[in-house]
Amino acid sequence: MMKTTPNPSHTESIGYRIRRFLEAAIPQLILMVYTVIALFPIFMIVMNSFKAKKYIFGSPFSLPTPTTFDLIGYKTVIERSNFGTYFTNSLIVTLTSLVLTLLIGAMAAFALSEYKFKTNTFLALYLSIGIMIPIRLGTVGILKLMVGFNLVNTLLGLILVYIAQSLPMTIFILSSFMRQVPKELKDAARIDGASEYRIFGLVIPLVRPAIGAIGIFTMIPIWNDLWFPLILAPSQKTATVTLGVQQFLGQFVSDWNAVLASLTLAMIPILIIYLIFSKQMIRSITAGALK
Amino acid sequence: MYERKSFPHYIFVFLAPAVIIYTIFMVYPLLNSLRMSFYTVTATNQEVFAGLDNYVKLFTNSNFAPRFFGALKNNFIFFAIHMVVQNSIALMLAALISNEKRRGANFYRTVYFMPTVLSVVIIGFIWNLILNPLWGVSKSILEVANLGFLFKPWLGLPTTALPTVALISVWQFIGIPMILFYAALIAIPEELMEAATVDGATAWGVFWQIKFPLIMPTVGIVSILTFVGNFNAFDLIYTMKGANAGPDFATDIMGTFFYRTFFGQQLQLGDVSMGSTVAAMMFLIILTGVLLYTFVWQRNVQNIEM
Repeated sequence: MMKTTPNPSHTESIGYRIRRFLEAAIPQLILMVYTVIALFPIFMIVMNSFKAKKYIFGSPFSLPTPTTFDLIGYKTVIERSNFGTYFTNSLIVTLTSLVLTLLIGAMAAFALSEYKFKTNTFLALYLSIGIMIPIRLGTVGILKLMVGFNLVNTLLGLILVYIAQSLPMTIFILSSFMRQVPKELKDAARIDGASEYRIFGLVIPLVRPAIGAIGIFTMIPIWNDLWFPLILAPSQKTATVTLGVQQFLGQFVSDWNAVLASLTLAMIPILIIYLIFSKQMIRSITAGALK
Repeated sequence: MYERKSFPHYIFVFLAPAVIIYTIFMVYPLLNSLRMSFYTVTATNQEVFAGLDNYVKLFTNSNFAPRFFGALKNNFIFFAIHMVVQNSIALMLAALISNEKRRGANFYRTVYFMPTVLSVVIIGFIWNLILNPLWGVSKSILEVANLGFLFKPWLGLPTTALPTVALISVWQFIGIPMILFYAALIAIPEELMEAATVDGATAWGVFWQIKFPLIMPTVGIVSILTFVGNFNAFDLIYTMKGANAGPDFATDIMGTFFYRTFFGQQLQLGDVSMGSTVAAMMFLIILTGVLLYTFVWQRNVQNIEM
């Protein structure tokens, strides 16, 4: 225990100390209560997914024990669903969209932040409309376009829409970061005879923290999206995890083991990625506000 | 040296891919959808200009008008619940976490954002199970607090279904306003608060008189993000209540109404023109919000800062 140094002054009276204690304890209590609210539903699903059906209903609040432990739900999911296909599809769509968005977005952001030309302001404004106007509102037109291009039920169709959806925010954030890269550095390279493409290559590593954060913010909505897979690529062959889980859950709604297991399987990858990158992600938001 | 008269080829190379993809897959379809709201499609798949007929139909036809106004009203309720519950709890949590003496701030921050990164489909099913009377989890919890009598099939009753779905959405997305408020609060220079504390102001007083006015720009950003997000919402209600947004359309919002109109439901066939018209109305509503934010809110808040 910590020893309190005796303090004869009147301000350290018992009443004052109680007040100080409460000033720290009440916020902690509120924060802990909300922690339970935020985690409890997730925890209940994961925990019960490892139990036999009898115990999911009999004792939903207790942790799995050797007697209640059962992997039957996971077995059903793996045997009865195309989870592997869904997972591969999600991975292909998300990673391709992510890489292309970052590349194409960085190129555009570089041009907008680096060069003065007549249409610069107009293009910057044009490209930022998509930050506020959701791409979903153009669904009728997108579906028509995809039918025309023969891209319905293809992953490429999804990828193209996701790139278009992610570009505005990516360009907006990256160009504000690129404007902060010191001019001297680029000019020195230019004097050495570097091409403009080479200079773009020089700037990219300097905005890496921003790229990391944008990467996560681009990835999560794409991975989680239900709307476009449902409308543009609903076939079993092209279903993503989000759509696949949605359909699987619809069919197996009364098989609680399978439902809980598939929910857990769908949650785990994104939660792991989030926990790895959460520090960087949150730091980038707070840094953005500080600038 | 890079201000040239002719348009250098590298600027074109840098910009072309973004402008092309964005134009083809976002701007063009959006404009095309808006255009389609002024056309009807005949049985032989020909587009015929119809002026404002689709809009008149949406506002007056007995198949569309009640559903449209119902969805619009529900969407405003959905939005109001987010503004009041989500954004005020988020502000409180952010204020508590941003205190530099607060222990475990990183932990809380990480945990509160966690539901936000999960798919709405997963969240919808999780809460369907938690609230399911068969499983009885939420009933047991209420019984612990001697509140068992409060338990009802909230998702199934027309009066409680919409608030319940809205609160689940609040639970999921609270991380976004929380983190934005948090970022704004920790950016306030320490000296400002120190001066006030020396003057004998309480933590409560410092928050409302000094910090809150300073984060007004963030309050605006959070409000407009909530507005756009809510009037574009679909996934949660589709997952929890299906495209028919039951019971008896009690949870129907613009997104689900758009989906049903465009793709059809049960006996009714999908309708491209009417779907476009609903999307155009959503576009108008969101655009109005964005313009109000840009030209009314931002201007006034900046004036205060000067």
